[in-house]
Amino acid sequence: MRKILVTLLFLLFGTSAFADCNIKSGSINILANDFPALRTFVETSKQCKGSADFKVTHSSEHNKIAVPALTANPSEFSARIAANSSIVPLMNQDLIRPLDDLVKKYGKGIQDSQLITIDGKVMAVAFMANTQHLYYREDVLKDLGIAVPKTYEEVVAASEKIRASGKMQYPYAAAYKAGWNLAEEFVNMFIGHGGEFFKAGGAQPNINNAKGVATLNMLKKLSELSNPDYLTHDSEAIKVEWESGNVALMTLWASRSGTLLDDEGDPNITKATKLTGPATVGGGNIPAATLWWDGFTLAKNRSDADAEATFRSLAHAASNKKMVADAADQAVWLVEGFVPGPKSIGVIEAVKMGAKPYPMLPQMGLMHGALGSEIVEFLQGKESAEQALKDVEAAYISKAKEQGFL
Amino acid sequence: MPNKTFFWFFLPTGLAMILFIGLPIISTGIQSFYAQHDQVIKEVKKCDPFGCTVSIVVDNELTTQLREAKPLGKFNGFGTYIDRNHLAIDEIKKFWNETDNFGAFVDQVTNLPFYKALIFTLTYCLFVTPNVLLLGFIIALSLNAVARKIRGPLIFGTILPMIVTPLVGSLVLFWMIDSQGIIGANIQNLMNDPYLSLKSSKTLTWITIIIYGIWHHSPFAFVVFYAALQTVPQEPVEAAIIDGASRFQRIKHIVLPHIYPVVTFVALISLMDNFRVFEPIIGFSAEGSAQSLSWLIYDNLVNEEVILFGSAAATSMMTIVGIAILLAPVLIRTWKEFKTAR
Repeated sequence: MRKILVTLLFLLFGTSAFADCNIKSGSINILANDFPALRTFVETSKQCKGSADFKVTHSSEHNKIAVPALTANPSEFSARIAANSSIVPLMNQDLIRPLDDLVKKYGKGIQDSQLITIDGKVMAVAFMANTQHLYYREDVLKDLGIAVPKTYEEVVAASEKIRASGKMQYPYAAAYKAGWNLAEEFVNMFIGHGGEFFKAGGAQPNINNAKGVATLNMLKKLSELSNPDYLTHDSEAIKVEWESGNVALMTLWASRSGTLLDDEGDPNITKATKLTGPATVGGGNIPAATLWWDGFTLAKNRSDADAEATFRSLAHAASNKKMVADAADQAVWLVEGFVPGPKSIGVIEAVKMGAKPYPMLPQMGLMHGALGSEIVEFLQGKESAEQALKDVEAAYISKAKEQGFL
Repeated sequence: MPNKTFFWFFLPTGLAMILFIGLPIISTGIQSFYAQHDQVIKEVKKCDPFGCTVSIVVDNELTTQLREAKPLGKFNGFGTYIDRNHLAIDEIKKFWNETDNFGAFVDQVTNLPFYKALIFTLTYCLFVTPNVLLLGFIIALSLNAVARKIRGPLIFGTILPMIVTPLVGSLVLFWMIDSQGIIGANIQNLMNDPYLSLKSSKTLTWITIIIYGIWHHSPFAFVVFYAALQTVPQEPVEAAIIDGASRFQRIKHIVLPHIYPVVTFVALISLMDNFRVFEPIIGFSAEGSAQSLSWLIYDNLVNEEVILFGSAAATSMMTIVGIAILLAPVLIRTWKEFKTAR
């Protein structure tokens, strides 16, 4: 008994001494997206709050809250867990602070590769990587003698074969919900075709071309192999479709693999669920996927004391070897000491294949928004691909003009 | 009531209205004439875990200087109102000159976001408002005729759609019409078409939202009509019965003229409400097929990571104008009646 007590005490003091969590004052309030890895990350940082106040808001609507909440002075949140795309509006509005001095002072365990530097200043500290890649049902593919698809053309052929066999009506799934999700699928596929969203050195759109048309045609082919309600399906909805056994091939975020492969749901489906890298398309050699990082940023409109407390507590998590060992299933951590497991295969393959990061450009959000609403009518068969792309460009141009980019 | 008494009665309400409705509308109006400053872009080196690239960012120092000099932004006049995402004057002129038949011209125009949204909004208003009035009136008449004992529970059941939060109500229906939901799957079976989806077809989505709208709004019309029916004097009705008037004739010649002012009132409120249709679009995840003016404002404010205040303000102002135009005939009529009544 005494031995256990001593060990426990040792552990308790041992960890706190190691992580330097002696935070005396300040208040910490974090805004983050809502998926398991981020919950783990925030929970870990909470262990290092010292005597500071600690609050967190996990919301899948985080993008809608972030800019208004950080614009207020003092801002509602002291930290925002952002990604390649969501850091851009914060940078555009000058809402986050450089972290160089804090990294120097408190960021001992953080690796250089985790630092997001813009113009020589550290603006964020990344802790995990993410991408969208293929998931497949080993049993279904094996039964029909289909090889694991490597390209989207093979995905289409395989899905058609599965449908013809009568096993599944809608064998393919991806998050095609009109809006952000659908636009993200376009971005992936367009990059896979080797497309550039903007003309070199400016904000003029560059999607109404052969690559854009090929992208749309591929999305349409895939949508025809999906559940007819695909325009209302987000990542969560297709995850449910998968777990109900309705789908054999799926493009989904790597960060969702943890919940797909957990003990909940039909064990036969879970057992047959396999992960592979993202597919290429149109004979290209880079994957039709984008690489993402998730990292933390600190609000500018918040006192230095709060920023310091927040940084220390988050840095504790961003350099925590125990967390990445315990939660190795949940994400591809960029933290030192992470040993990639079978669930990280999607991201690792994507990096190996030379996937491109999501474009971190100030005007990209406007393009993403225009894509999300203007390509819907093409998928519904109401419009030609050229007309849809023309609409996207026109919608983007008027928004970019209003925002002062053109 | 003497004017002076009326003034003091109205003062608190009037002040609150100016403060919480009038001033925000004025501020929105001013905002709609401004656009963002030109972005000052600079090239910098960006590094992340996947490597370094030379790319562009917004130059914050210069932008801050610009903003401090002119906090409202760049004056744009009616620029935002006539751009492609709103009235699209230039585009319409172009379509007019380029297309050779009227059908193609209409196709092109209804492909523009503002007109697309306007058409849905008007269709919704035109189908929902009369049906709500009609259904509300029929329910009120029927309930007025049933025995007093069961009237209470029946009234409660009837106003249930209004009590249910719009989002919850639409979500329930949304799940039912899913291709695996009770209604969706049955329709697929009935039509013998496994690819039929209420959610992916534009027409079916519109019909669903309109039916939902009628379901949700009818109780309001019912409650008001039911109250009005209690005030219908019994003597003329009895006299009509003795004269041999049928039920339909009694309703047409006695009940309807009596509750006519209430009908106008319900029509006004319904029109205003329906013109601002928004929740069902979110609840049904119908953004792809059905967009309303209110949804456009919402989209400009939150759906993009970049908030378009000017666009949202311009659409808001045009929505106000739209409601005013829709209500004008009813308002003019009420005003005329008010004058003749005096």
